[in-house]
Amino acid sequence: MTTVFDEVATGTKKLTVGQAVNRALGDALATDERVLLQGEDIGALGGVYRVTEGLAARFGSDRVVDAPLGESGIVGTSIGLAQAGFVPVAEIQFDGFVYPAFDQIVSQLAKMHSRFQGSQQFPVTIRLPYGGGIGSVEHHSESPEAYFAHTAGLKVVTYSNAHDAYWVTRAAIDSADPVLLLEPKKHYFVRGEVDFDVPTDNPFATVEARPGTDGTLLAWGPQVSTALAAAEAGVEDGYDLQVLDIRGLSPLDMTTIADAVKTTGRAVIIHESSTFAGFGAEISAGLMEQAFLSLEAPVQRVGGYHMPYPPSRLEQDYLPSVDRILDAVDETFTY
Amino acid sequence: MSTISSPTGHQLPEEAIGVLSADGFIDPTESAKAFVDDATAIDHERVAEMYRLMANTRRIDEEGVNLQRQGQLVLWTPSLGQEAAQAGAVTALQDRDWIFPTYREHVMARGRGIPDEKVFDFFRGAVHAGWKPSDYNMQPYTVVLAAQVPHAVGYGWGIAQQQRGWTDARRAEEGRVAVACFGDGASTEGDIHEAMVFAASFDTPVVFFIQNNYWAISTPFEVQSKVPLFKRAKGYGFEGFAVDGNDPIATAAVMDHAVDHARRGGGPVLVEAHTYRMGAHTTADDPTKYRTSEEESQYAQSDPMVRTEQYLRRRFDYTDAFFDEIAAESEQLAVNLREKIVDAPDTISLREKFDLVYAEEHPLVDAQAVAFDRWMEDEDAS
Ligand SMILES: Cc1ncc(C[n+]2csc(CCOP(=O)(O)OP(=O)(O)O)c2C)c(N)n1
Ligand SMILES: [Mg+2]
Repeated sequence: MTTVFDEVATGTKKLTVGQAVNRALGDALATDERVLLQGEDIGALGGVYRVTEGLAARFGSDRVVDAPLGESGIVGTSIGLAQAGFVPVAEIQFDGFVYPAFDQIVSQLAKMHSRFQGSQQFPVTIRLPYGGGIGSVEHHSESPEAYFAHTAGLKVVTYSNAHDAYWVTRAAIDSADPVLLLEPKKHYFVRGEVDFDVPTDNPFATVEARPGTDGTLLAWGPQVSTALAAAEAGVEDGYDLQVLDIRGLSPLDMTTIADAVKTTGRAVIIHESSTFAGFGAEISAGLMEQAFLSLEAPVQRVGGYHMPYPPSRLEQDYLPSVDRILDAVDETFTY
Repeated sequence: MSTISSPTGHQLPEEAIGVLSADGFIDPTESAKAFVDDATAIDHERVAEMYRLMANTRRIDEEGVNLQRQGQLVLWTPSLGQEAAQAGAVTALQDRDWIFPTYREHVMARGRGIPDEKVFDFFRGAVHAGWKPSDYNMQPYTVVLAAQVPHAVGYGWGIAQQQRGWTDARRAEEGRVAVACFGDGASTEGDIHEAMVFAASFDTPVVFFIQNNYWAISTPFEVQSKVPLFKRAKGYGFEGFAVDGNDPIATAAVMDHAVDHARRGGGPVLVEAHTYRMGAHTTADDPTKYRTSEEESQYAQSDPMVRTEQYLRRRFDYTDAFFDEIAAESEQLAVNLREKIVDAPDTISLREKFDLVYAEEHPLVDAQAVAFDRWMEDEDAS
């Protein structure tokens, strides 16, 4: 995906998700000299997914930095860099390698604004390629959103298409608060139209990806495409299903979600990680609080089983599928 | 980093212990004095065994790359170029010793007698752990950098307690050692620091075996450390050695010493084997993005297989007959492997995975397993 952009983007363009992220990072570096990227293999190699390709050559190895291998170090020093006035964007190479940095994210980064009595901002962005279905080896396919969404002081956001990849990334870097930016790596090579006119809506809001009246499928990141496929397949079964694309998990746009479910009366939440204490539970509880009287059936969840993410030959049995989603939709019609 | 040029142009720290020249002559480095006798006393059977492990693995390694290209594997991690380091290490161990590997210890896995297809089951996405660790006293390959190293130290700590009060004779007979493998890149992860602190505190019988292959994917060694890694040991309070990891007898002699020291209750030792990752990081990697072909061809001259072969020929009069036999044997292993791996079925189902999550009953997992059974039956029926 070699594309090195000289100017800040304007107009519209067809880009892959990875190229859109590359462009967002490049535009952020070009427009704000405080922005600094660090991570493993992000320089000469351009990242293992080539998402940072060309950026070190364009902005120099002081601003696009190949870090020594140490995730705790990458996040911990980003906190210090922020204190020194930088806007760090740290890449963690894969979902399963974020845990050595858990203390620095959860106990340090997320709490710094409070600990500094509000006198200092920590605008650190942590880019984390996540999600499965890519046929990879152990620790390369996980969805750790629930651990982080549970953490006060941290924003947790994601996206499902190239346009949002650009704007969610820009908004994450612009945020005065630390953001964990979950990048659906399965989609890095999926192409879409990106409109570079500054959007009027909030890039972290929940949006309707498909209208529908019989029920609402709620998904984020890599599962939005599965939800859309299920809605499409559901037409044959006589269902007119709405799909919501949840971009901000924290803050969560519960108003949009509750309003949507109030109109359809049925909700199926879809995510890759284990449903037990998964992020779907939070949405389900929110719907109980805000849409209870409009619900025609209990909120359903379709997600991973309570087991470690399986070897790749078995992952299609583990991940949400069109059939499992429609089965859950059927379930909501039995009440 | 102060370095010396070995006869091959391979840059080693001046403290590095090396015995053989690139073409298999005995030509020790300055720092090798204490090890030359031990290294050259290694009998031809062990050198031949090291050669066999190296040659067999190199052929299987090549097959790993092929099978990945043919869509049979999701990934392969070549050990190309690092065979002597691993052969020296694994032949220094007793069967009762435990190995805590990374994802690249294919020669060590072979040395432990682990069948190729079990190693490959991991790389074709059939399992997360290719073999039952206790059958071979070797942990599963660990992908999360450095994570296995504290495990080795904990195991060593346990051994140290169990062996308290043992006589030297009993230690020599029954004493166990843990070998913690990791790379130059992993050496900068925080777990390594904590592991070394614990190892020193509890005088654990652990050998930290670093294969410094000068690259961590695209990150060169200079980014990881300003000094050779063996020097770190001193700061933690134990001994560290640098060895030419492409020299099988130097590595074997230094590992023999380190393992013996740990086995006798002398505490941890660090061995930094200087080698070179001649292949790509993995089949997903493209080294042309970050290193030159000049560098690659320079290191190709210090190929450990060539050196070992030359040494066997010069010193022990090994002839074509031996090398031909090993080549044929390696070829047969590759054929056998292909037969077992190409289009092989799953080795475990997702349903069976439910039973492995907990040792005890777990109501949620049990309920999900029942629901999963029902789901699969419905799917099959429809
Ligand atoms: C905690 C963690 N971070 C990042 C990675 C991704 N990764 C896999 S291998 C590797 C390089 C490791 O280099 P080194 O330790 O020198 O071992 P080598 O691959 O050279 O054998 C990286 C960064 C990982 N596996 N685990
Ligand atoms: Mg390395």
